[in-house]
Amino acid sequence: MKTNTALTIGVILLAALGVAAALAPALAPYSATAQNLAYDLAPSSADHLLGTDKLGRDVLSRIVYGSRISLGVGATIVAVSLAIGLLIGALCGYFGGRTDLLLMRLVDVLMAFPGILLAIAFTAVLGPGLDHVVIALALIGWTGYARLVRGEILSLREKDFVHSVRALGGSPLRIIARHIVPNLLPALLIQATFGMAAAIIAEGSLSFLGLGAEPPTPSWGAMLNEGRQFILVAPHLTAYPGLAITITVLALNLAGDGLRDRLEKRGK
Amino acid sequence: MKRFLIARLLLLLPTLFGAVTLVFLLIHAVPGDPVEAMLGETASSADKAALAHELGLDQPLPIQYARFMVGLASGDLGRSLYNQGSVAELVLRRLPATLELTLAAMAIALLVSFPLGIFAAARSGSAGDRLALLFSLFGLAMPNFWLGPLLMIVFSIELGWLPVSGRGGPANLVLPAITLGTAMAAILTRMIRSGLIDTIHEDYIRTARAKGVGERRIWLKHALRNSLMSVITIVGLQFGSLLAGAIVTESIFSWPGLGRLTLQAIQTRDYPLVQGCVLAIAVSYLLVNLLTDVLYRAVDPRISYED
Repeated sequence: MKTNTALTIGVILLAALGVAAALAPALAPYSATAQNLAYDLAPSSADHLLGTDKLGRDVLSRIVYGSRISLGVGATIVAVSLAIGLLIGALCGYFGGRTDLLLMRLVDVLMAFPGILLAIAFTAVLGPGLDHVVIALALIGWTGYARLVRGEILSLREKDFVHSVRALGGSPLRIIARHIVPNLLPALLIQATFGMAAAIIAEGSLSFLGLGAEPPTPSWGAMLNEGRQFILVAPHLTAYPGLAITITVLALNLAGDGLRDRLEKRGK
Repeated sequence: MKRFLIARLLLLLPTLFGAVTLVFLLIHAVPGDPVEAMLGETASSADKAALAHELGLDQPLPIQYARFMVGLASGDLGRSLYNQGSVAELVLRRLPATLELTLAAMAIALLVSFPLGIFAAARSGSAGDRLALLFSLFGLAMPNFWLGPLLMIVFSIELGWLPVSGRGGPANLVLPAITLGTAMAAILTRMIRSGLIDTIHEDYIRTARAKGVGERRIWLKHALRNSLMSVITIVGLQFGSLLAGAIVTESIFSWPGLGRLTLQAIQTRDYPLVQGCVLAIAVSYLLVNLLTDVLYRAVDPRISYED
């Protein structure tokens, strides 16, 4: 009962965000980058529902366009991490041996760092920019998926149905792709949902610190960073972009909770 | 216990070695010329060569690595490019402020989550339980780079109750610690609640009830002790997030800790200092994980690491 509520609210919120991102040009009242210097740092009004920033840009429009950045960057990071994690986890779990030992030590070392710290170090060396943020976070984010895939494969490898397929001459690739991965999908889906929430917060943190999106990109984290200088005179620059991130992360967390309760209970 | 500690310390070494190597490679082998970054593109090649030589960057990578490791073994992290101070000293001078902040954040998280989690479990389904759930959902979803500025607007700017930024008396610590500790409080509240709800239906709890043990004692002694295991694990794992989150929190509140030093080092392209800061945070994290393992063992006598 309660789990359905979480899943429903999460999915509805995510759908709304998806629509906002897809239809941003139609929904946003103004362009995300159009400046109007005569009308800077204005509070909420009928013309600008959420006010304007230091260059007179419409905050609501920037937040609507910003959903493209957050969702796009989050989804890309998860997709790349998932692909790397699936590949490495499958290699380690199915073949074992020295490959497994070496790659799992690499996972241990990467996991010995708090993720965002490593991302900060990466972007410090690579320089700011959303593409560097994606590279840094994907290079760190795959470890969790790899561990998950490896563990599941180790336990599935000895199952009867896998033995049968192998006896029938199924190649390792076929066994992994057709028989093992489908068994893994629920667990991966749950982890990817929470992973996307974490990726969105991480992108926001890096952009907030000035290591991510560069002006005039309407990244929510970057907007919060710009809002810092005007916290005394224009607190709306801080309030609204943060609310957008919170709602997005909340939606993903709710969806993840709902999925976990639903898929894992069904499996047992 | 002594044997366990030694074994655990030995296990730490390969990870530590890997972490150090990774940080070195990150700073030294990633494309981009630190010398050019420091001097600017217009610098003459003679100046660049001089600086590269001074930093040892004109040597082949394996030699740079060997020098770095030898230095590290004697506690030498190199010199800061920006102010020429010893990196180890700069890092150590900033460490207390960061520890103060993270420990205060952890204390707040524990002080909030235990009463709230126990209350929510004992009155599960009530309005109070729902409120606790709402707190944990929002506490997790609110990024600290939003919560911090919001707290600052409300409590420092509008109400004028607390200082806006900087480090000084206990009043300065309140907002940064809440900013940093909220996510952890949210996670722990959830864990304590669900852990207690799971254990309260166990047979040994029913036995205790049948023996006439009071409800208060059952919840606080019998059930809570069992849930402590998972709490300790999460506290240990979350400490890393606290250290990393401190970078953002210190930046918001101009807190003079390791996090702010890291950011300043990045902005001034002071690579030896960036390297030292990242290493210091990573090593602190590994040590806390070690401590977590030791505590875990102290709380649960069933666990044996001997075999």
